[in-house]
Amino acid sequence: MLQVSDAAIRPAADAETGDAVPGQWFRVRAPLSRRTRFILAVCSFLVPLALWSAISYVPFIWHPDVLISDPGDVDYMLPGMRVDKATFEQEIQNAKVNKTNPPVGVPCNPVYLPAPGDVAMAFYTSFTTPPADQDGLWLHQSLWQSIQTIFWGFVISSLIGVPLGILCGAHSGAARLVEPFVEFFRYLPAPAFGTLAVAVLGIYAGPKIAIIVIGTLFQQILIIANTTRKADFSLVEAALTLGTKNLRLLTKVIIPSTLPDLYRDQRILLGWAWTYLIVAELIGATTGISLFITQQSRYQHYANVYAAIAMIGILGLGTDLVLAALGRKLFPWDGR
Amino acid sequence: MQNLAEISGGLSYLEQSEAVKARLDRMKAREVILQVAGLMKTFQTGKSEVVALDNISFKTHRREFLCIIGPSGCGKSTLVRILAGLETASGGQVLLDGHPVKGPGRERGMVFQGYTLFPWLTVRKNVMFGLRMNNVGRAEAEKQANEWLALIGLERFADAYPNQLSGGMKQRVAIIRALVNRPRILLMDEPFSALDAQTRARMQSYLLEIWKKVDITVVFITHDLDEAIFLADRILVLSAHPGRLQELIEVPIERPRRPEHFSAAEFAATKARLEALIHPPAKPGEDEEAYPSVPLLTDVRDEVE
Repeated sequence: MLQVSDAAIRPAADAETGDAVPGQWFRVRAPLSRRTRFILAVCSFLVPLALWSAISYVPFIWHPDVLISDPGDVDYMLPGMRVDKATFEQEIQNAKVNKTNPPVGVPCNPVYLPAPGDVAMAFYTSFTTPPADQDGLWLHQSLWQSIQTIFWGFVISSLIGVPLGILCGAHSGAARLVEPFVEFFRYLPAPAFGTLAVAVLGIYAGPKIAIIVIGTLFQQILIIANTTRKADFSLVEAALTLGTKNLRLLTKVIIPSTLPDLYRDQRILLGWAWTYLIVAELIGATTGISLFITQQSRYQHYANVYAAIAMIGILGLGTDLVLAALGRKLFPWDGR
Repeated sequence: MQNLAEISGGLSYLEQSEAVKARLDRMKAREVILQVAGLMKTFQTGKSEVVALDNISFKTHRREFLCIIGPSGCGKSTLVRILAGLETASGGQVLLDGHPVKGPGRERGMVFQGYTLFPWLTVRKNVMFGLRMNNVGRAEAEKQANEWLALIGLERFADAYPNQLSGGMKQRVAIIRALVNRPRILLMDEPFSALDAQTRARMQSYLLEIWKKVDITVVFITHDLDEAIFLADRILVLSAHPGRLQELIEVPIERPRRPEHFSAAEFAATKARLEALIHPPAKPGEDEEAYPSVPLLTDVRDEVE
């Protein structure tokens, strides 16, 4: 028997207002209020931070090591040393048996997991600490070096990839000529070209930029070509019946109609370029934020390492937010 | 059908009043704008060949309003796309002012069902687009666009983007975007089928108003019989599988057309003829697939019908 009750009809209407419906706790793509959206966005950062804080600050969660404050009579222990819990307890037993002073310490996490507070502190102090070497770089100078590497890598890749991708998306012949090789090349890992790039371009900025270009360009050509191919063809037909011909179809119809989508692609590809940064900077003479990270981890200053990684994230997300806002200004007619 | 026959009171769609006959004679005396001769279109699907259009021939005179109508699958959209130059014919000829048509061009304007306004351009720039593509200067193009926008009462929306307009407004802009190019012929592919009934009726009257004032020949594709009769001087009826020309009907209704004409005897007679051509009484064996009858699914015993 088919039954259609009032309740079965209501959710469709409520899906638009976002009001709760009794008994329906999972609603597919229900809209959210502005306030809820903001709160959830903040929570998406606060929840991982809370987990991290809990592991770091609640002594009975994890804490597999012991931080020695007083070594007692144990000769190999030093204040500030971390030993694992089993060793620590063994030494206390030994001290009891031998009637010597037992070591004293508090539970702590391994050195590779600093607490959020330490990282936040390191975030600040790493900017205020002068470079260790005389000719070394301040952190902000290292970061600036990295930003320049990314910038030039992405600009060079885009100067080739965007026009070529658009051409492939608009012209079947160009696509057949270019895309099979690009499909092959994009599977070759960019870091594999490291030594080659150094041999050709020297040890400074050249090979690093080249790695970012190799890592980004081939994906870029295919992504831009696919987006261009999705241009609404009925608009091209309308332009044809209005007397548009040849390259003007490309410059006056296809490109403007896909521009917001191409812009979105570029934002995603810029994120892609960032992921190649560390590999690129390790090639030849290590520079930029990678130099900072490798040096700090050599001294086991993991709080500084985390701070530097967080900086990359903040820079990346910050750029993307700015670009997104700029996109809304540039394409007021774009509904999405 | 019975109903239509009653309204028409036995009147034949072939009987024309003096006024209608005189008007159609004047139209036929005007020069031929578009001539289609022996047009063929076949599609290759796998190994078999499907004939979409089979030997279509007709002509339209200057300032004629021609509707093309037919059941779904009769290739009427394909026909108009060939006329526009968006598809190539497999055989036959399309002549515009005596010259064979090759590819799309500004002398054949087109209005599509899906508006196809350029979303990144303002309404004014949409209207200017065709002129700019044909190397008319910016100032001149802007002047003409403003004049046309004023003509259809949308000058207030000149700086709006298409997504801010209603469906009827969009289609008005699409019509003048084609007309501003001064085409010889305006091809319209079911332009009002996406509009609601009320807007559609207003747009039909408005299109006739524009057509009356502008020197333009219209070829209008529709599947709506009422729309075809209300708009057309002549109606070209196609049959499906393959698309063949069935009949060229001269609409025996006087102009100017008014909504009252929908209930006129001539209207009913013409519609009865169109119904007979497009939905012929099914012959046994070649009927469409019958839908299964639905079993009773309600406990409520009172009949709703």
